[in-house]
Amino acid sequence: MPTLIRLQHGVYAAAEDRFVDVADGDAIPAAAPVILSLARFQAEGDALLGAGREVGVRIASDEEIETLAYDLPRLAVVALQFPKYGDGRAYSSARLLRQRLGFKGEVRAVGDVLRMQAGFMVRCGFDSFAPADGSTPEQWANAAGRFRHVYQRGADARAPVFEERA
Amino acid sequence: MYRYDAIDREFLADRSAEFRENVVRRLAGEITEDQFKPLRLMNGLYLQLHAYMLRVAVPYGSLDSRQLRRLAHIARVYDKGYGHFTTRQNIQYNWIRLGQAPDILDALAAVDMHAIQTSGNCIRNVTADPYAGATAEEIDDPRVWSELIRQWSTLHPEFSFLPRKFKIAVTAAAKDRTAAKVHDIGLVLRRGRDGTLGFEVIVGGGQGRTPYVGPSIAEHLPAGRLLSYLEAILRVYNRHGRRDNKYKARIKVLVAALGAEAFKREVDEEWSKLDPALADAPDTELARIRGAFTPLAFETLPARSEAFETARAADPAFARFARNNVKAHKKSGYAIVEISLKAPGQTPGDASADQMDVVADLAERYGLDDIRVTHEQNLVLPHVKLDDLPTVFAALQAAGLATPNIGLISDIIACPGLDYCALANARAIPIAQSIARRFEDQDRAELVGELKIKISGCINACGHHHVGNIGILGVDKKGEEFYQLSLGGSGQEDASIGKILGPGVTAEQVPDAIEALVDTYLAVRQGEERFLDTVRRVGFAPFKEAVYADAH
Ligand code: HEM
Ligand code: SF4
Repeated sequence: MPTLIRLQHGVYAAAEDRFVDVADGDAIPAAAPVILSLARFQAEGDALLGAGREVGVRIASDEEIETLAYDLPRLAVVALQFPKYGDGRAYSSARLLRQRLGFKGEVRAVGDVLRMQAGFMVRCGFDSFAPADGSTPEQWANAAGRFRHVYQRGADARAPVFEERA
Repeated sequence: MYRYDAIDREFLADRSAEFRENVVRRLAGEITEDQFKPLRLMNGLYLQLHAYMLRVAVPYGSLDSRQLRRLAHIARVYDKGYGHFTTRQNIQYNWIRLGQAPDILDALAAVDMHAIQTSGNCIRNVTADPYAGATAEEIDDPRVWSELIRQWSTLHPEFSFLPRKFKIAVTAAAKDRTAAKVHDIGLVLRRGRDGTLGFEVIVGGGQGRTPYVGPSIAEHLPAGRLLSYLEAILRVYNRHGRRDNKYKARIKVLVAALGAEAFKREVDEEWSKLDPALADAPDTELARIRGAFTPLAFETLPARSEAFETARAADPAFARFARNNVKAHKKSGYAIVEISLKAPGQTPGDASADQMDVVADLAERYGLDDIRVTHEQNLVLPHVKLDDLPTVFAALQAAGLATPNIGLISDIIACPGLDYCALANARAIPIAQSIARRFEDQDRAELVGELKIKISGCINACGHHHVGNIGILGVDKKGEEFYQLSLGGSGQEDASIGKILGPGVTAEQVPDAIEALVDTYLAVRQGEERFLDTVRRVGFAPFKEAVYADAH
C-alpha cells in the first residue's frame, strides 16, 4: 500500500493510504474506500455513499472546488491535483475548502508534490501529502516548519506577524 | 527607511538558511537542477548563458547608505565591480557563482536586504514613487502602503505559483513616476471628496508582446480595504488566468478576454465574500508600519539659499545640473536631487562599486541617509539642503555622476539586448549610446526638453519601447538587425501605447531618424508643448515624411 505523509495535531507522520485511487477507465473495487474523479463521482458517488462506502474526490486543477459544496459533508477526502508544481490553482481550492466551504475532512496534495512547496501547502489547509520527490515525514516537517514567522493569515492557525507584534 | 524589527530579521535568517542548505545539496548533486530551480527562482537567481544572475530586491526603490555600501561591496567582491539598476527599482549582478550565492544572501540579510520574489511567478517586489516622502504633490506616503503589500505578499501561501509574474506599483502623486498604468496592478492613492483616503485600482496593464494600458476597476477603494481587494484580484487571477501558454498568462490577457466590466464583477463578487476582520490588516499594524519609518530631522530653512544662488550664477555647469536634475522638495530649503546613470557612452542603469560608495557617502552626509532608485534607472537623493547642493554636485561630478540629462533625450531606457540577452533580435545598448552621442550638445537637448526614448532588443519589451515617446524595437529581418520606430507612447499618468511609424531602419540610420523626428518637432511645436503633446496634436504625417525622406 502506498504511504502518505499525514499532518495530525501538529505532527507529521507516515500513514497508510487506505483509499484506492480509481482511474477513470478502471473498475471500482468491491469493498475498499475509493477516490474518484469529479465526473465519476457525479455519476456513481451517490450509489457508493448510499452503500456505506467511504468516498473521496479527486479535483483537477482546472475544476472548480465549489462544485463539491453540497457533497462535502459526505466526503472523507478531497485530493487536489498538481499536474506541475508550478500550477498553483490547488492552493486556492484548498483555502476555499477550509475557509469558505468549511470542509473538515482530509485535504490531500497529489501529483507533482515537492518538499519545496510544503510550507505553502500546509498554510493553505492541506493535511495530507503524496510527495513525488520521496520526501520523508521528517524532511517534510522540516521544510514546512522552516519559518518562525508568517506575514499573513492563511487557512492554518498560525498567528501572522501583526498579531505577534500587537 | 522602514526599520526592520526582530521578526523581520528572523524571517530573513530563516530564508538564508533554507537557501544555503539547498545550494549545498545542489552542489553535492543530491538534488537536480530541476528540483533546485523553483527555490533558486524564488530567490532571484537566474541561470544565464555563462553565469548566474542575481536580482536583489530594493523594496519600493528605497535604500539607506549602509545598504548601498553593501551593494557596492557585493559588486566588488562577488561580481566584476558594478551592478545594474533595473526598471523595477532593483539591482542585478550578472556574474555570480552559485557557490557564493548563499554568502551574498547572508551579506544582504545583515543589512535587512534579500532577493525574495525578484523572480518566479509570484508577486514581485513592489515599486513606488521614488520621490515618496519628499514631494509636495503626494497625498500620503506610498512607501507605507508598499511596505504593507511587501509583508502581505512575502511567501504568500496561496499566491506564490501564479500563472505568471505579478507586478504592483504604488503612487500617491498626480504625476506618475511609477508607470502604474502598465503594471499588473497600479495603485493610485487619492483623497476623496469626503476627505477619505482611497485607491484607484488599475488592473491588467502591461508591456511585452501585447501591450495594454490597464483599465480602472475601482475608483476609490477605501484604503483600509486594500489587502482584501488585492486578495480578491489575485484569487480570480490565480484560478482563471491562462496557464496553457506563457505568452498569454499575464493578468492583462485575462482582463482583456473577459472585458474590464466582467473582470471587475468577478473581483467584486469574490471580495464580497471576504471578511474584513480576517482579510484586511488591522489599523494598528498600518500605524505601526508608519511609525517604523525613520522620522526625518528636517531643519527650518529659508526658501532661498545664498550658497545655491551664488554657485548657480558662477558656474554654468552647476546651473545646468540645477535646471535638469534638481526637483522641488516639500520642505523649504531642501531639494530632490536626481543622479543620472545615463552618462554618454555608459550602459543605462549601470553603476560601479565606487560610484555606489560615493552616492552612499553623500546620502549619509547631506541627504538624511536616504537613497532611491527610479524606474527610469537613475538614483535619487530625495532630501538635500539647497545650501549643500554645490558640494554634492562637485562630488557627483568627480565620480562621473553629474550628467545633467534627467528627462531629456539622452535619459534613455534600454534593455540588455543582443550584448547580453539570449532572446534578443538586435542590440539595444549601442543604439542608446549612439543617440546619446548625437545629442551630446546639452543646449540642444534642453531646447528639445522632455523626450523619453525607450529601446528594446525584442518584443518582450524589457526596454519599455511601447511607452516611449519614441520607442525603438529591434527586429530581425533575414538575419539583419532592423529597428522599428514608434511614436506617441507614454508610461505616465497620460499613459498610451506608441504606434509604429513606418518601415524599420538600420542601426546606422537610427540617430538620423531620431534627428529628423526632433527637427520636425522643433519646427511644428507650439509654445512649451512637449514632444509627446506635439505628436498627439499634429499626428504622424510630418514625422513620417521627415524620417523616410531622410532615411532613403
Ligand atoms: C538578459 C536578460 C533578460 C531576459 C532573458 C528577459 C526576458 C523577459 C521576458 C521573456 C519578458 C516577457 C515577460 C512577459 O511578457 O510575461 C520580459 C519582460 C520584462 N522585462 Fe525582461 N529580460 C531580461 C532582462 C531585463 C532587464 C535587465 C530588465 C530591467 C532593466 C527587464 C525588465 C523587464 C520588464 C520591465 C518587462 C516587461 C514588462 C512587463 O512586466 O510586462 N528585463 N523580460
Ligand atoms: S526585450 Fe528582449 S532583448 Fe531585451 S532584455 Fe528583454 S528579452 Fe532580452
